[in-house]
Amino acid sequence: MLEVEIYITLKKTVSDPQGLTIKHALESLGYQNLEEVRVGKLITIKLNSKDKKKAKQKVDEMCQKLLSNPIIEDYSLKIKEVK
Amino acid sequence: MRFGVIVFPGSNCDQDCFYVLKDILSQPVEYIWHKDTRLNDFDCIILPGGFSYGDYLRTGAIARFSPIMKQVSCFAQRGGLVIGICNGFQILLEAGLLPGAMLRNKNLHFICKYVYVKTENNKTPFTNFCSRNQILKIPIAHNEGNYYIDKNGLKILEKNRQIIFRYCNQGGDVNKEFNPNGALANIAGIINKEGNVLGMMPHPERSSEEILGSESGFLIFKSIAKWLKNKR
Repeated sequence: MLEVEIYITLKKTVSDPQGLTIKHALESLGYQNLEEVRVGKLITIKLNSKDKKKAKQKVDEMCQKLLSNPIIEDYSLKIKEVK
Repeated sequence: MRFGVIVFPGSNCDQDCFYVLKDILSQPVEYIWHKDTRLNDFDCIILPGGFSYGDYLRTGAIARFSPIMKQVSCFAQRGGLVIGICNGFQILLEAGLLPGAMLRNKNLHFICKYVYVKTENNKTPFTNFCSRNQILKIPIAHNEGNYYIDKNGLKILEKNRQIIFRYCNQGGDVNKEFNPNGALANIAGIINKEGNVLGMMPHPERSSEEILGSESGFLIFKSIAKWLKNKR
């Protein structure tokens, strides 16, 4: 079985109000030298497949169709075998 | 003149829209279940506000794949009038029927209050009853109304006069101070290039009677009725 981790993040050009607020919160707790904080989503999908190449193709399609919005978001994938 | 109000799982402004169209505008209106696959003989379709599919993943992202949306797309391509209000606007953006996307409100709060918007273009089927630059008092109620589009997209919207409403103050000043959610260029509502699909975050159905504090929203419905009547 394959497990795919999909990381969805706001594009660098898009401002991230959540990230900004968390950065302020961390700074108020005394953490310094924070350059930037960005928030994203993690979606994991388990696939009954052993073919990583095909899995990537399929998940790319899912990301473009539904899981991410290309106007405001980027995504990246990690695929690994699991039992 | 027949209006249709689409009901998605999680819509919660459908009944308000239905009520305004039927009892105040006095026009025939029907509910359309999101699983229906036919849109027969409607003149205007409304995608109401709410939290379709619990706003899971992104607002409107799942509703835009509801079976009825294929028909809505065809209806729009044929020139039919479509108006998306709040969540309905978010669904139209996800469906690609309008350009851009919604981000979370800049202050991360769900904002529910009356705001003022300036009618930037009154030569549309949805605003022809408004005077030029008319200020409307209409409530907003959303968590994701921070409209975003890239620079080039904004230029195109401006060039084609597709920006229909901008947040402003009572006197009509459009600036950051009167921007409730961080929306780019104070955008509260846009139309497609063809001029028959409107998306707006403010709720005209909640401001169509004096008893509710404002009748500004009713101008939108009256505009649609006038436009449809003249078309015939």
